[in-house]
Amino acid sequence: MIAVGETAPDFTLRNQDGEQVSLADFRGRKVMLVFYPFDFSPVCSDQLSLYQEVKSEIEAKGATLVGVSVDSPYAHKAFQEKLGVDTTLLADFEPKGEVARAYGSYLDGPGMANRTLVLVDEDGKVAWTYESPNPGEFPGANVIFDALA
Amino acid sequence: MNELTSAPVPPLGPEDHVRGEGELLVVYADLACPHCAAAWAEISARPNRIAFRHFPVASKHPRAPALHAAAEAAGRQGAFFAMVDSLYADRAHVDDPHLWRRVEALGLDLERFEADRRSAEVAARVRRDFESGIRAGVTNTPTVF
Repeated sequence: MIAVGETAPDFTLRNQDGEQVSLADFRGRKVMLVFYPFDFSPVCSDQLSLYQEVKSEIEAKGATLVGVSVDSPYAHKAFQEKLGVDTTLLADFEPKGEVARAYGSYLDGPGMANRTLVLVDEDGKVAWTYESPNPGEFPGANVIFDALA
Repeated sequence: MNELTSAPVPPLGPEDHVRGEGELLVVYADLACPHCAAAWAEISARPNRIAFRHFPVASKHPRAPALHAAAEAAGRQGAFFAMVDSLYADRAHVDDPHLWRRVEALGLDLERFEADRRSAEVAARVRRDFESGIRAGVTNTPTVF
């Protein structure tokens, strides 16, 4: 995983609507990057659904929740609609997993991001990270609030 | 805004819904969750004291908030677990007219039920349980402590 205190690698990826989104767009605000394996997989669905329930509280803490996986913008859009969530989902699609690699989250064997959280502070520095023991487990939302406290 | 940082599962309080005798199980469950429905019969049959706490995940189960409000409103008339059992026993009939039929079958006052289930007080009561589950690290339902 990327180390706390490092400058968070900038990136520009397409979101679920095909719009380009850069990390730099969030400068001056905290960003909680949620790297997850795949759209539509069971655990990822549970994770994003749960976080949706406390999204407004996360935003009230001055942070924006952003999901990142290797799926395409079209898959992200369909996933968003299926879950009924409005969290921004970014497509780390081509080159596949390049951003996840830059953050030390990519798993080469399965070809996906591990389930990791990275809090980027207002100045673009890595303020906190969390890596799940395995992709089948996801951290509760309390862990996010602990990081933002 | 309520704090949502990590915290232990709250001990039983006067507003908890509890039934049975024996060692306490605190169950965080979603009334629209099929896994919870499948587990509920087994959990209910255990020789335990069971506390039911609301954990509706609306984005996953859009009908969940209405069902939790219905159970809480039934609870205001002494029929919390009767409504929970009813909802889990038949997950196919959860629209408003179906809820009204359940209320009638349970012998509850429909007018009062309707007012209670739409009240801010009931919504806040459900949210308090949900937030306590979030703070305790609940990620899936049912979660039993």
